Amino acid sequence: MSFSILSQPTRVEFSTVTEGVKQEKTSQANDLANPGKVHANWTFIQGMRVALSTPGAILMASSGGFGALANDAGMSLFNAIFMMAVFFALPAQVVLMDQLARGGSIIGGALAVGLTGVRLVPMMVTIMPLLGKPRPALSRRLAAAHFVAITAWLEGLRLLPKLPENRRMTFFLGIGTGMSAATLMGTALGFELAGSVPLAISAGLLFLTPIYFFLSLMAAARLTMDWLALVIGSLLGPPLFVLTPGLDLLFAGLIGGTVAYVAGRRFDGILEEEE
Amino acid sequence: MTDGLLTSPEGTLLILVIAILAHEPFRWLGLYLGHGIDAQSEIFAWVRAVATALVAGLVTRLVLFPVGALAEVPLLIRCTAFAAGIGIYLGTNKHLGAGVFGSATALLAMQFLTQ
Repeated sequence: MSFSILSQPTRVEFSTVTEGVKQEKTSQANDLANPGKVHANWTFIQGMRVALSTPGAILMASSGGFGALANDAGMSLFNAIFMMAVFFALPAQVVLMDQLARGGSIIGGALAVGLTGVRLVPMMVTIMPLLGKPRPALSRRLAAAHFVAITAWLEGLRLLPKLPENRRMTFFLGIGTGMSAATLMGTALGFELAGSVPLAISAGLLFLTPIYFFLSLMAAARLTMDWLALVIGSLLGPPLFVLTPGLDLLFAGLIGGTVAYVAGRRFDGILEEEE
Repeated sequence: MTDGLLTSPEGTLLILVIAILAHEPFRWLGLYLGHGIDAQSEIFAWVRAVATALVAGLVTRLVLFPVGALAEVPLLIRCTAFAAGIGIYLGTNKHLGAGVFGSATALLAMQFLTQ
């Protein structure tokens, strides 16, 4: 069956579409790039399929790490899954959970969460123009905004430009829904596994979160200052944790980030002068 | 005082309130700014650097001062597995999956070998 059937959605039945998913795996890119009419469900499902790719698997495993961490910290399964759903951003979740588990102040936790949330602003600013024309309804834009976190954002930036504009919002909502579902399943699985598997494997699950964060930061680093922030923040974290527990992440971010910004700009300035 | 919040309905409410007041607004702000402001501007470069340093600080803290099962793993193994993850990532032409899963596998392998 060719996808000419799919591009004439005169009430294409759902069974036909799912058959198409099975048979048209190789030509999905061509299919999505087709600017003609395509059933919205099809575009949405294609977006959801992104969650089955490598980044989706990493995200699911990292949520498993979060679930394991939550179990370890003494959080209830419900609260862990609820937290995953309403934040959909692992750094904020880990920061807040850590703060609560250590009995730190709630205000301090909220401030640290806010600081991790600031990085979402530039992500939003860079992805919204890709989703935009014609400007989608506010409810759809707010839903899309909720799905902006490192993995869905990276996949969005990579895949959206290949699609015709009228299909991008639906496709991205599909990516977000798929990724979100993957994280909720991952959280539940990690939570349950952490309680029942050998200690060594629990430790392995817990280890996924920090290494995933760090490698994602490396993958996203572009400017000199990004690399400096990565190194300085890493170095500041442990001593500040000993010196100012509870406020350590705030300080690591503000001090490390500002030093990296100033030094990075100086460094770029020197390079420009030499040229 | 914050102990019970991890499991209680009050904790659920707190999570929701913090998400709505301290986290989601940044997404809304980005939505609003996305129409006019330059993503290349200086303030965003600084914001990015601060966010990067903060998460990096969290990473080293999670590795050096872990809680729970990971705390049972010797420091040297944790650091070696972390470095192995970075090495695998760079060695596989920046393959995120290889780095992440390779690192966790290295941690597991070293634990079994040293037992």
